[in-house]
Amino acid sequence: MEDLIIIGGGPAGLTAGLYAARSRLKTLLLEKLSPGGQVLLTDSVENYPGFPEGISGFELMDRMRRQAENFGLDIQSREVIQLHLTPDKKEVVTANGLLESRSLILTMGATPRKLGIDGEDRLTGKGVSYCATCDGPFYRDREVAVIGGGDTAVEEALYLTRFATRVLIVHRRNELRATKLLQERAFAQERIAFVWDTVPTRIVGETGVATIELKHVKTGHLSQLRVDGVFVFVGYDPNNELVKSLLELDSYGFVLTNNDLETSVPGVFAAGDIRSKLLRQISTAVGEGATAAFAAERYLENRT
Amino acid sequence: MADLLHVSDANFEKEIVQADIPAMVDFWAEWCGPCKMVGPTVEALAKEYAGKIKIAKMDVDTNRETPAKFGIRSIPTLILFKDGKVAQTIVGALPKGDIEEALKKLL
Repeated sequence: MEDLIIIGGGPAGLTAGLYAARSRLKTLLLEKLSPGGQVLLTDSVENYPGFPEGISGFELMDRMRRQAENFGLDIQSREVIQLHLTPDKKEVVTANGLLESRSLILTMGATPRKLGIDGEDRLTGKGVSYCATCDGPFYRDREVAVIGGGDTAVEEALYLTRFATRVLIVHRRNELRATKLLQERAFAQERIAFVWDTVPTRIVGETGVATIELKHVKTGHLSQLRVDGVFVFVGYDPNNELVKSLLELDSYGFVLTNNDLETSVPGVFAAGDIRSKLLRQISTAVGEGATAAFAAERYLENRT
Repeated sequence: MADLLHVSDANFEKEIVQADIPAMVDFWAEWCGPCKMVGPTVEALAKEYAGKIKIAKMDVDTNRETPAKFGIRSIPTLILFKDGKVAQTIVGALPKGDIEEALKKLL
């Protein structure tokens, strides 16, 4: 039986693992892919303190992984299929066998939200994308639309101007929600144009994206926009499939915790993007990872 | 590593399309983070399926022709081939179990 199993290998999970390994808890971190999480979607991270020149998402996560492993954290590439939670024992069913632990930290993160409109699924990978760093280079000298108005949308639109000749930011409001600094950069970038008060209603194309149908939210007026690609950044959905019926969640499906990051089940903690909270950043995830590991350690001490 | 093949525009036809066993190609690039999440899985599968399924990687940065031919505009993309024809296309990083399920259908 493990002392602690951490599910998810993003910044929150790796930090929890680092702290748990240093506390000499018998710890296992399970990640269904390779560690890194959503940070790997980012070209350059410039708001994580300690890196004044910025750092690539991959480099940062590779460092976090190595740092945790240096202290003996055991990271295994396994997908968790089901959880059984009791006060004494947490059972973790994986694709290759059953694991048992005395405590759990959930750091499964979140996934970019889909628009949920016609054509989106069919054309994913054929012009519809959720990752500008992955797919931007396919749009050299082409025109793309970016859907959304938050930090990610504006940051990725700026990134796409390296390749695309024109980047249209389509946003449902008449002002951006992104950080002011990012707004200033976007307004100053001549390859970026804005389509305000507008939502996409359909993505059209046979072998690839040809046009996107847009609706003005105030007038209801429909229009067609010719683009080669559509990049979607309209928020995140929690990766809560494993715990949906086991834990208390907020109305968006994010996991509710108390101040010590314990969920509605004793001995089960949550940290990072999966948690119900105000701000989802690498800097908030690592702090929560540390807190959750400390809280788990204290929980284990009190039970022995 | 010897089990994992690196193919290019020049030898794609010979190595993959004309292969005498089924094949899977991982289209990737250095700039792509999620490609690195699925990379180790592809390497492991190449070992496990050696001799049964030919597993290869293609760098889309240095090879433009083949990805364009298959309409690839998103990476990672895995394309599975049987008898030289596309049997399945997987877009995005998926866990090992899901990729294996697709591979088993080729056998």
